[in-house]
Amino acid sequence: MLRLQNVNTYYGEIHVLRNITLHIEEGEIVSLIGANGAGKTTLLNTISGIITARSGQILYQGKDLTRKSPDRIVKLGIAQVPEGRQIFNPLSVIDNLKLGSYVRYRRDGSKKIQRDIEEIFSLFPILQERQHQLAGTLSGGEQQMLAIGRALMCRPKILLLDEPSMGLAPLVVSEIFKTIARLRAVNRTTIFLVEQNARAALKLSDRGYVMETGKIMFEADAADLLENKEVQRAYLGKEKKPIWE
Amino acid sequence: MAIWEEKYECCPREELEQLQLERLQSSLNRAYKNVSFYRKIFDDKKIVPEDISSLEQFKSLPFTTRKDLQDNYPYGLFAVPLREVVRIHTTTETIDTPTVIGYTRNDLKNWGILVARFLMAGGVTHDDVIQISFHYGLFTGAFGLHAGAERIGASVIPASSEHTDRQIRIMQDYRTTVLVSTPSFALILAERLNALGINPKMLTLKKGLFGGELWSERVRREIEERLFIDAFDNYGVSELMGPGIAGECAAKDGLHIFEDHFFPEIIDPKTGALLAPGQTGELVLTTLSREAFPLLRYRTGDITSLDYTPCACGRTLVRMKRIMGRVDDIIIVKGVNVVPEQIEKVLKEIEGCEPQYQITVTREQYRDILEVQVAVSENIFFDEMKRQRMLLEQIRNALIHRLGIKVQVKLVERKTLEEHLKQSGKVIDKRQL
Repeated sequence: MLRLQNVNTYYGEIHVLRNITLHIEEGEIVSLIGANGAGKTTLLNTISGIITARSGQILYQGKDLTRKSPDRIVKLGIAQVPEGRQIFNPLSVIDNLKLGSYVRYRRDGSKKIQRDIEEIFSLFPILQERQHQLAGTLSGGEQQMLAIGRALMCRPKILLLDEPSMGLAPLVVSEIFKTIARLRAVNRTTIFLVEQNARAALKLSDRGYVMETGKIMFEADAADLLENKEVQRAYLGKEKKPIWE
Repeated sequence: MAIWEEKYECCPREELEQLQLERLQSSLNRAYKNVSFYRKIFDDKKIVPEDISSLEQFKSLPFTTRKDLQDNYPYGLFAVPLREVVRIHTTTETIDTPTVIGYTRNDLKNWGILVARFLMAGGVTHDDVIQISFHYGLFTGAFGLHAGAERIGASVIPASSEHTDRQIRIMQDYRTTVLVSTPSFALILAERLNALGINPKMLTLKKGLFGGELWSERVRREIEERLFIDAFDNYGVSELMGPGIAGECAAKDGLHIFEDHFFPEIIDPKTGALLAPGQTGELVLTTLSREAFPLLRYRTGDITSLDYTPCACGRTLVRMKRIMGRVDDIIIVKGVNVVPEQIEKVLKEIEGCEPQYQITVTREQYRDILEVQVAVSENIFFDEMKRQRMLLEQIRNALIHRLGIKVQVKLVERKTLEEHLKQSGKVIDKRQL
């Protein structure tokens, strides 16, 4: 469904992504894990067109996205939930959701949009309760739910999630992850998940990629990555015990 | 017939190539990071692993050879610390420094899956009773087949290298339905059944999955007709994993290489140049998923050709022809790879000078016989019968000890041997494979 071939991205002279090749099949949950600064967010921003790749190809259902603008990419069905949520604090919850449907408002009309808002509310009941509250007054977990809900309002085929668990309490995190699993199960939304919380992400995923300093080091089934000692050592916090040798 | 992993085995070529490129790039990055041997080669040749952006470009990287593996004996090429290795095997070569192969837990899991693929391609199911008559030891064959058969859920009998009569007894009493062995063992079995007066039709045997040595369509027909079974070929290279690199499907028209785990190329063994699909040459393989022991462009020494046309079974994986021979003079006798240099070394130690010898392999009653003719000086040959006999004994014992298989030794006159060598070279394989 989404296919990257040898994507190279630069920040000025700094070569951030080095020949990134990866793919996501329809209906899959794929995780991208890696340390801080490995280039994970850059990769998401490159897919969604916020940063333009200097070389390589991004193919989405056979169409080349590489030089397309972010709004075109959203219209094609790829929505990103950015790191740190980035919701509109001074707007109400419901207005935030409506803004998410901006790209299809004219096409689909307010009735359909209203139905989708109901759907988001059934997915996140807490948002319904607070629909008239200002987004900035929500708790971290609620804000994350709102950010996901806002992205879903454009009815994406692929959801790019950037660190959805960041700064949230463990209980809230597990809630968010459960929702992600449900999104795939119910809506058949394809999900590309970037996470620091590697174990939780991999447990939820079908496959995973491991990134290190702008390069892909592993492509494997998520279960295999959880078993892999190198991944465990670097990203899953195992093997902390002193080693006798 | 059922397919074990349809997602990968029947993957459209374009998607498969995407996956191959992904795995190739990450394997290169890992090999560069974790294996000093590869890091040195890449640095010396000024190759940056992450610059490889296509399968075509990959084909210009240097080869890995058997010598590289020997130079790094035992653990030099491991990509993970030893404590992450959960299994160690060695190659079947009868040389002083065999190749040591390590497996992580994931490597073992994938091994089982890949063997399960070709078992299922041959029609094995969880209802089958599989008798594995490969020797259980350092070699990869038995353990690989064992893992795959268990994964399918068949009933596995690790019959190993039990005596033929016991194998037959097991086959009768335990109602074996699938035999896993070398093709020559299948013929030995047929012969023995005949001698014992047992009608193979009375056995429950339905299929045989054979590997570990070179064989031919003629041998397949003979096995099928004499044992009344369906015989399938499979291919493995111990250095890369063992069995599970390729296997035949019901079409019996070439062995499907599991390309999502191994990337195949065919080269001219003399020049190293790439050959086009369909051309015959040396098979070069790269591991795409191995964690403990990744090998890049490994020269297998096996001669075959690749066929990318679609197969009747529905698998999109490339098919390789049955192995046609070796590029070096490794001789496979009773499933053991015999390297002539090893014999040379033994002779040198005993004689104390550059030995002259000729190796002949024949097959009698379906058993391989390895004969070494050694040249001795004329005075020993004519005058000293006792010394001659002692020398003969000494050479034979040393060879058996070193090679691990029975060897016949013959002393001949230097002149006669020189004539023979001129006519037919150092190694003669008279077996009609």
